[in-house]
Amino acid sequence: MAQEQFYGEISDAIVNLDKEKAIELANRAVTENLNLLEVIEKGFGDGIRRIGDLWEEGEFFLPELMLGGRIMQESMNILLPSLKESETSASRGVIVIATIEGDIHSIGKTIVGTMLSANGFDVYDLGADVPAEKIIETAVEKNADVIGVSALLTTTMFGQKKIIDILEERGIRDNFKVIIGGAPVTREWTEECNADGFAGSAIEAVKLVKHLLNK
Amino acid sequence: MGILRPRINVLDEDHKIKIFNEAKDILENLGIFLGNKDAKELLKSEGVNHEGSRYYIPSDLVDRCLKTVPNEIKLFDREGKEHITLVNDNVHYDPGSAAILYLDENTGTIRNAFEKDFVRFSKVVEHLEYIEAQSTAIVYQDVPAQAQDWHRLYIALSNCYKPVVTGTFRKESFPIMKELLLSCRLSEDELARKPLAIFDACPSPPLKWSDLTSQSVIDAAKSMIPSEFVSMPLAGASAPISLIGSITQHAAECLAGVVIGQLAKTGAPLIWGGSPAILDMKQGTTPMGAIETMMINLGDVEIGKFLKMPTHAYMSLSDSKVPDAQAGFEGGMGALLAGLAGINMVSGPGMLDFESTQCIEKLIIDNEIIGMVKRLLRGVEDHGTPFASDILKDYNEKEELLSHPTTLKLFRKELFITGPVIDRLSRDAWKENGSKSARKRAKEQATKLAKKNSLKPIDDTLSKELESITSKNL
Repeated sequence: MAQEQFYGEISDAIVNLDKEKAIELANRAVTENLNLLEVIEKGFGDGIRRIGDLWEEGEFFLPELMLGGRIMQESMNILLPSLKESETSASRGVIVIATIEGDIHSIGKTIVGTMLSANGFDVYDLGADVPAEKIIETAVEKNADVIGVSALLTTTMFGQKKIIDILEERGIRDNFKVIIGGAPVTREWTEECNADGFAGSAIEAVKLVKHLLNK
Repeated sequence: MGILRPRINVLDEDHKIKIFNEAKDILENLGIFLGNKDAKELLKSEGVNHEGSRYYIPSDLVDRCLKTVPNEIKLFDREGKEHITLVNDNVHYDPGSAAILYLDENTGTIRNAFEKDFVRFSKVVEHLEYIEAQSTAIVYQDVPAQAQDWHRLYIALSNCYKPVVTGTFRKESFPIMKELLLSCRLSEDELARKPLAIFDACPSPPLKWSDLTSQSVIDAAKSMIPSEFVSMPLAGASAPISLIGSITQHAAECLAGVVIGQLAKTGAPLIWGGSPAILDMKQGTTPMGAIETMMINLGDVEIGKFLKMPTHAYMSLSDSKVPDAQAGFEGGMGALLAGLAGINMVSGPGMLDFESTQCIEKLIIDNEIIGMVKRLLRGVEDHGTPFASDILKDYNEKEELLSHPTTLKLFRKELFITGPVIDRLSRDAWKENGSKSARKRAKEQATKLAKKNSLKPIDDTLSKELESITSKNL
């Protein structure tokens, strides 16, 4: 019961966007040697899910979503080193995400990256204007589960297809789930370039990745 | 508040003085027609000359009466809580009054209204954040003819706590309406101190104050209930074609109202208002969405402000028959101009078809428009220097400013958060949501709001008292 209450406190701190409190509780969890996997799942994870719900209900807006994500990331930075000590991986999966070359629009991609990270995925955000080859290279190197490619312009969205084409040429297409996003991206385009999915919002993106990885 | 309050003006000081002086000349030399015995007596007791029903009001009497008109009116809600203040450039909106038809959003037909339509309408108005006052907006057919004015006040008060813009169709109705208002207050004195309703009084241009209209102003003044003049000069038909001529005539008609009101009770609250229009020279109709109609309104209001009176106008309306693009742009232009002009009470949201039809879908869309107008009026704010450089320094670290503390602190203040009527979805999300038009979204919103619990449910005792006054008079 005391533990449930502690998880509730953590979850509330995230929903209240109370960074100091969240970090204090993360530190407490480490020093008190609690089951950190449970702390993450039932405390921090619960908070970030509630933020997602509030966003879907129209109560929360992007700044709250992002700040919640950032607080989550900072809390995880405190928790993860201790998790590794006990040789337990809390990661739900590895994701390499970037905005495609020629396109400098990074905000949508950054929101998606932050929310995925806040939801327990290992996210490598390569930034904007990233060549297809660089994205693939990193995905191979990090043994990624998912590659996320963002494009805001109709002229650059072809770069999303290019990534999949290269993966197919190299015979490594099946090693990754490839998801695409950005304003011009449609379901039709997703099918046309043989991607594994697309999402219209960061919250949908998290659901999509969880679904693709059966998490 | 912002660095500057965005505003619009159509008259300079010189012309305001000229219009005011000519309006007084009109009253003194052409006179005003009075159809009401009490009003005539009031003027006679001041020694005002008359020929039959034409009364020649001297300028010094007008000046004297202007001195005692309050420049501010506070309106209180049904429970007696201070709600809005009509003063300076404060802007408030209420649904256009007394529509004789109702656009049924479920069938899409324009039809006679029923009591249940107005009940539903009032419930929706209660939930519309930017429509700060309600009005007896719809005239319905399923009550006896002699109850068609006052019965609306009963429904309005029973279903929505906001102050009401209302009016009489018959002289005999005023006492009933006052009784309904009194039931929301402890005493006559409290009703005078905490007004809950404004009574519209509509002179008949050119230069005529009818029996009903004069009586309404006198009765309201005696109880210190605010009256709102709604003169409707029709440029080119019952007023000069020139906009300035129409504004001058309107001023004369309103000044006569000031005299009647102040003679009935010194210090009585009065609102300088109107619903002027041009005449459409092809169709012979009276377009409320015409840009020139709006310009006359702006001029009328500037004269009211020049005289330091609370102001009103009929704007934010459209002549379209349905809530379509025309309804959107005419309503939007009117609401925006009214806001820029700082009109204290703007009647019109929801109204279509030359003030004849009320439409709940348009009302809900207008609520969003008004939200945007109110955002504009707050202007560009200075939150302290440096305006940007400190924030930009932080960009490098995270490559986004969404999670920046200033964003979280200010975004709800800096940005108008739109309701579901405004579409800002991605194209895909819009398609997935059924590819709906603004009208469709407004209709869905109406259904939702009508079912929502009241924000301030009426007290049982008060509800019963209103009911008993109603059944006694039916």
